[in-house]
Amino acid sequence: MGEKKLMKGNEALAEGAVRAGCRFFSGYPITPQNEVPEYMSWRMPEVGGTFIQAESEVAAINMLYGASACGTRVMTSSSGPGISLKQEGISYTASAQLPIFYANVVRGGPGLGNIAPSQGDYFQATRGGGHGDYRVFVMAPNSVSEMGNFPRICYEVAEKYRMVTMILADGLLGQMMEPIEFDFEPIDPSKLPPKDYALGIQEGRSRRVVRSYDLKPGFMEKHTWKLMEIYNQVEEKETRYETIMAEDADLLVVAYGTCSRISRAALALGRKENLKIGLLRPITVWPFPSKILHDLASRIKKILVVEMSTGQMIEDVKLAIEGSAQVFFHGRPSGGIPTEFEVLDVIKKIYGK
Amino acid sequence: MEKKVFARTKGLTETPMRYCPGCGHGVIHRLVGETLEELDIRERTIGIAPVGCSVFADEYFNCDMIQPAHGRGPAVATGMKRVRPDCIIFSYQGDGDLASIGMAETIHSAARGENITIIFVNNAIYGMTGGQMAPTTLPGMRSTTSPFGRDPKVAGNPIRVCELLSSLKGPVYLERVAVNTPGNVVKAKKAIKKAFQVQVDGLGFSLVEIISQCPTDWAMTPLQSIGRVKDEMIPYYPLGVFKSLEEKK
Ligand SMILES: Cc1ncc(C[n+]2csc(CCOP(=O)(O)OP(=O)(O)O)c2C)c(N)n1
Ligand code: SF4
Ligand SMILES: [Mg+2]
Repeated sequence: MGEKKLMKGNEALAEGAVRAGCRFFSGYPITPQNEVPEYMSWRMPEVGGTFIQAESEVAAINMLYGASACGTRVMTSSSGPGISLKQEGISYTASAQLPIFYANVVRGGPGLGNIAPSQGDYFQATRGGGHGDYRVFVMAPNSVSEMGNFPRICYEVAEKYRMVTMILADGLLGQMMEPIEFDFEPIDPSKLPPKDYALGIQEGRSRRVVRSYDLKPGFMEKHTWKLMEIYNQVEEKETRYETIMAEDADLLVVAYGTCSRISRAALALGRKENLKIGLLRPITVWPFPSKILHDLASRIKKILVVEMSTGQMIEDVKLAIEGSAQVFFHGRPSGGIPTEFEVLDVIKKIYGK
Repeated sequence: MEKKVFARTKGLTETPMRYCPGCGHGVIHRLVGETLEELDIRERTIGIAPVGCSVFADEYFNCDMIQPAHGRGPAVATGMKRVRPDCIIFSYQGDGDLASIGMAETIHSAARGENITIIFVNNAIYGMTGGQMAPTTLPGMRSTTSPFGRDPKVAGNPIRVCELLSSLKGPVYLERVAVNTPGNVVKAKKAIKKAFQVQVDGLGFSLVEIISQCPTDWAMTPLQSIGRVKDEMIPYYPLGVFKSLEEKK
């Protein structure tokens, strides 16, 4: 724990991972996350870990596959185009049940897009992203403090359930500076319990195999159902969210990450004008806080979804409320960032309807 | 009194192999297995199975095994060796795996001089997927995607991996061998053993390219396929040592 420090979001993310016991990082440069590999390039050797600038994101994620199979806490980070390349390895890792952690500091897309902040990779993050039937535990911080403190939660969830975990940030969160206080003591990875799947020295034990396939008829179906059971548990036990002034609200804003901060500011402005606005902020976007939203929607009949995209999380919102409220949308894709005044205007228009 | 002159190596499991009759993979597995036993490294070795006919290698090698995505063996090996430098890491790969989809991982792990060993099985064909053209398919050679024979004007010429890698500073030991005759099998064994020894001694990157036969997808009998190795493959892929820096160090 200790003192408050002023840090850039990307640096907080890297330091948070190191404090959480990460000892292997490989990545490939891409804006707006370059501070992460740059930080790791000196910090990893300092703590006796490994930093590799890989030849590509494809190689980077597969290096994680190997290092994680040996029981090490590992990390990679990138932005949209690089995360697309990593999907191959992420899918294999999910199937092999290796507990890896990665971060997407999202930029504007599709294509090379631009380097401005965006939330356009929500589908990619929450729908698995790669091929096959799997889920990823996805945390969406909205401050530098959370950028630094969420990696520990990701490692714990990753190892408890043996699944892929990630932080879905954006260029704004990566680049801005804020005070941060780490809410956990640095973790010494050598003191963590040994992993019963980890490859290494056999020393009398029987040989171990890490694989992502099973060609025997029916076996892969069984394996996939087993994964699904784990994901169901994660949905039940690891969903995280925050509500602000939802109790008496007659209009609920749903927003995550940067948009949740902007919406919080709009809410403060609106409350001054006696508009009864509330906010639901998913902290995990997979698992999505469907149950609380479903409950809120039984009372609050107007819901506004604010995203820095053309509308992706809105699908989860609609699925959660099952038609029980009216859903409105305000979005700014590919580098557009809404202001709190802009959001308040939208809210007022909804009230006017 | 009976005297045992030949036995199963401890480097391989008891699982029966499913390779086609006459396939080179089985022989090469045996050579690697013997090496693990003879160098007494079996219990600290992690092998990497490729995506290809030898994806089942994770059932055959009697050591810890991992099966990654197609062509990514050298990246996985890099991750493992860096966090477990006390382990011996080898990546077993076919020509589609290593020289096509995984070429970037191959070259860069070699360039970084990773202290790993690659067993590269070049059978000039995509065996597992049913005999499509590989980056190593010979000019004029038929495959299911070069039904009129590989035309270098359209498909380019086959890649010679040892020659390509020998231009890099990273590799310590590069040799090309074959398993088409008893004599060549003995030489192949020597090369494989040396490649592992280079890693045990901590010297750096080693790769053995093994010219192998795939009678099934070459549409040949095992005997004919051995003939092709001698008459067509070896003339294009000359056997020998391409780099050997281990004595100098
Ligand atoms: C990304 C990806 N593309 C394609 C395939 C299909 N595939 C499986 S094995 C293989 C070729 C294997 O050929 P080679 O590496 O030469 O091994 P061999 O079977 O000849 O030993 C291909 C293309 C795959 N599994 N993954
Ligand atoms: S298809 Fe070819 S490479 Fe594959 S097992 Fe049969 S002979 Fe061997
Ligand atoms: Mg082949």
